[in-house]
Amino acid sequence: MSTKLIVGSSKGLIVFSEQTGRWDCISVQFEGLPVSMVYVDDRTNTWWVALSHRHWGEKLHCSTDEGQSWEEVVTPAYHDHFYRPGKPASLKKIWVIQHAGADRPGGLWLGTEPGGLFYSPDGKEFKLVESLWNHPSRLDPNQWFGAGKDYPFIHSIVLDPRDSRHLYIGVSCAGVFETHDHGKSWDAKNKGLVAAYLPNPTPEVGHDPHRMLLCPANPDVIWQQNHCGIFRTVNGGELWQDISGSTGFPKYGFALAIDEYDPETAWVIPAQSDEKRIPFNLKLTVCRTGDGGRTWKDIQDGLPNANAFDLVLRHAFVKKGELLAFGTNNGNLYTSHDSGSSWKVISKHLPMTNYLAFA
Amino acid sequence: MARVKFTSALNRFFPTLTEFDIEANTVREALQNIDQVHPGILTYLLEDNGQLRKHVNIFLRGELITDREHLNDAIQSRDELIIFQALSGG
Repeated sequence: MSTKLIVGSSKGLIVFSEQTGRWDCISVQFEGLPVSMVYVDDRTNTWWVALSHRHWGEKLHCSTDEGQSWEEVVTPAYHDHFYRPGKPASLKKIWVIQHAGADRPGGLWLGTEPGGLFYSPDGKEFKLVESLWNHPSRLDPNQWFGAGKDYPFIHSIVLDPRDSRHLYIGVSCAGVFETHDHGKSWDAKNKGLVAAYLPNPTPEVGHDPHRMLLCPANPDVIWQQNHCGIFRTVNGGELWQDISGSTGFPKYGFALAIDEYDPETAWVIPAQSDEKRIPFNLKLTVCRTGDGGRTWKDIQDGLPNANAFDLVLRHAFVKKGELLAFGTNNGNLYTSHDSGSSWKVISKHLPMTNYLAFA
Repeated sequence: MARVKFTSALNRFFPTLTEFDIEANTVREALQNIDQVHPGILTYLLEDNGQLRKHVNIFLRGELITDREHLNDAIQSRDELIIFQALSGG
């Protein structure tokens, strides 16, 4: 069976299929509509797509036949919950879905803006996780706040493959939270992170992880591309270490991919800085570490080395085995068949690429 | 009995949607009744807290409704209710 690369773009869902190293576009779904999230539940090969209609709000669809047909699922709703006292909450965006583990078939976690985590035991109806919504830090505007958006949002949900009760979420802005009891209680796990944009740069809560991933082969190793650098923990979030490049590059960015088997290996696609969200010296560069972030190697083979303005958003970089792929905010799509050592452009004509997934 | 009309943009999601007569005293009642005929359309028109979505406009007797929060604008017999999308760029 061929590998498929699913691209969630600002103008539709675009599906590519690979045959002996060549990628062909095989279908376009939700033509013209903004796709804000793509997730493939590898337990059942169910595809999930969130749409962010300009007029009609957020919608959630799923497909059990690889996108040949779609069913609209009841959108998670905040109903009578309040964002802050006196201010009703409403769904702004669906950012991420994560299955709840092999021992919870059908179970799904779903992260949203304005900061609510939802859970569904069957993928049919999602309910707000009250314990996190009522966490004292969430109600404090100094601890949970919007960054680039009006509201905080949960963009990363990572599950411990050893124990489905144990997971972490990443929130922009608030930071990392951990539960050991399937979401009944939550603790902040931000020690070692830096929030350079706050008067106190080391608060317990108030951090801006851009993307967080957990290594399945060693679930105590978690990586994050943060607003203030690249961080890694080897003890399940007890302490984060800044592993940004010693020269200040790589440091700023959104995209992160990690090796499923080797907890020492990861890739980032940095931007020059917060103020200049363009490739450093306008050379599109992937950076790879094979030693847990002690050193980084720049990779430019196959990537434009001049006048490139590509920015890779947080969910637009994916890895599966030796295959890696990323899409950019200006519609370029690249793949690598050799663990990121070299790259080939698949398309230069896409809309803004928000989200990628392999199936 | 009032007449309700829709932007054609909604036909993509509700293919059988056409204008029809509706019995309702307020805009909220009208939308709830429309949802009975076209299940799910309320989620396209209203936020999950019940307010009219920011980029949806409803015209009653040719003018924008005034109560976008509670949708309590009164409907009279033979009124025309038009549901449009707001203009947008991009």
